[in-house]
Amino acid sequence: MYQKSDLRGDSPVSIIGAGIAGAWQALLFAQAGHAVTLYERSDAEMTLSTGHWAGGMLAPYCEAETSEPVIGRLGARSLDLWRELFPNTPFNGSLVVAHPRDRADFERFAKLTTGHVRLDASGVGQLEPSLDGRFRDGLFYADEGHVEPRKLLPELHARIEAAGGTIKFRCDVTADDLDGIVIDCRGLSARDEQKELRGVKGEMIIIETNEVELSRPVRLIHPRWPLYVIPRGDSKFMLGATSIEAEDTGVSVRSALELLGAAYAVHPAFAEARIVEFGSALRPAFPDNLPRITVRKDKIAVNGLYRHGFLLAPALAELTLAYMQRGAIDNEVMRCV
Amino acid sequence: MLNFYGKTFSSRLLIGTALYPSPAIMQEAIRASGANIVTVSLRREAAGGKTGDAFWSLIRELDVTVLPNTAGCRSVREAVTTAQLARELFGTPWIKLEVIADNDTLQPDLVGLVEAAAILIKDGFEVFPYCTEDLSVAMRLVETGCKVVMPWAAPIGSAKGITNRDALKLMRERLPDVTLVVDAGLGAPSHAAHALELGYDAVLLNTAVAKAADPVAMATAFRLGVEAGRTAFEAGLMEARDFASPSTPVIGTPFWHAVS
Repeated sequence: MYQKSDLRGDSPVSIIGAGIAGAWQALLFAQAGHAVTLYERSDAEMTLSTGHWAGGMLAPYCEAETSEPVIGRLGARSLDLWRELFPNTPFNGSLVVAHPRDRADFERFAKLTTGHVRLDASGVGQLEPSLDGRFRDGLFYADEGHVEPRKLLPELHARIEAAGGTIKFRCDVTADDLDGIVIDCRGLSARDEQKELRGVKGEMIIIETNEVELSRPVRLIHPRWPLYVIPRGDSKFMLGATSIEAEDTGVSVRSALELLGAAYAVHPAFAEARIVEFGSALRPAFPDNLPRITVRKDKIAVNGLYRHGFLLAPALAELTLAYMQRGAIDNEVMRCV
Repeated sequence: MLNFYGKTFSSRLLIGTALYPSPAIMQEAIRASGANIVTVSLRREAAGGKTGDAFWSLIRELDVTVLPNTAGCRSVREAVTTAQLARELFGTPWIKLEVIADNDTLQPDLVGLVEAAAILIKDGFEVFPYCTEDLSVAMRLVETGCKVVMPWAAPIGSAKGITNRDALKLMRERLPDVTLVVDAGLGAPSHAAHALELGYDAVLLNTAVAKAADPVAMATAFRLGVEAGRTAFEAGLMEARDFASPSTPVIGTPFWHAVS
């Protein structure tokens, strides 16, 4: 389906929010020749951005366990865009393992997802020598990748500026403050306009040890949450993330026990690791936990990326650009009001 | 009609609100289940009362009765405090009382359960105690003032269905005037039907629906299972017997059929 659009290649575009959703919008619009201004309430450290606290997983196959097919479709397109625009993104796959007692959940996970091969104990050991002899079997999702949000966001910002875009940090604006085409990517802050948004709390811990080496994210089957141990370089690992229907801040003792327990279950040597940081953030989600591009004439809102910010942002940016340039409408994601 | 402390309900399925892929799917599944009552864990889901308003308004939209529970409590004192917090938060005297003996097996602490039930009933609560199939404990709970008793089918989340049919049957026979609910361990709609066929008043479940590949369809299947079981119970099930009993008369059957 197509709608008429008067946008030309040089029309100025304002984007609010330099987090992962807004930054990808800014990059694609700037590269397409638009004069882009990106407004961000945080400073360049981006600590107010949900993405700053994210795992940065690019794992559409694993996510299929709890999400709808549209996440897989947009995720697959995003993986292409990550590969194309950020060729250094590590795509070493991800490994799923389980405690023997969570056997039934492990089998359920295997049944509900595709894109994996089953590894026996020696296969797990070949893939991750640190885990040799620790797990009887595992699932390997070879096509998945991950990024380091705290390195990636500054890199994205630099690329936007290199493509001619302007970024204004410490600049808290709303769509009403700006003229012309506006793309609102404020996440949970956009609640004033998108009442259905809610925050889903995610908690994470960063630990440091040189006793364990991992080449890829390892996901441990947990009855409630997808828990990952993600190698971050410099002997650091991120443990994340919980998913709780609460809108408060901080990390609860229970969550800390579960996250640290997951690391310990992956490898007992993590018990000797140093805790570097505890953190939490609220993921913006609509009631169906699916992303939404809301179009109101020349004001567009991209929101509800929930747990899938890094996985969905490139594909959503491409959809917005296609709408603005050609009037292309994606019925699963877009709503015109 | 199903009766809980003087309130009547048409649906005999009680359903949990945890573990769904999204709140929208949770809403749709609960609607499909036909349940009038939903359980909410104060600790695991409600984060001790800090849950976002947006999530609560999605539950309120369902127009169902909320039964708060004390899931995750490991001592009498913890369970009592959690129940009091729940009463304040939800404005209901109802509490599904769980006192867990062991985090690993999630086995109920039956001694602590009776103790906590006595304290809460004295304090004006209407208690829904989660217990095992042990009749002596069920009787103690009733003596304490519980008008509802909720024995498990099998351990929480095990999806095994009714593992001790004889004990559950005995409990139904001995406690004819108590509202009995099979809680926990149900994995398939046929398990729910089985409980209702035994004369249980209702079943309570969560994981089997929430973690199904299609929770909404599974909720429908459980609604039908519960209806089938209850209808069969009311219709009067035939007794099992040891040998074949022909449903058509044998007299007049040609001998070559009769001997084959």
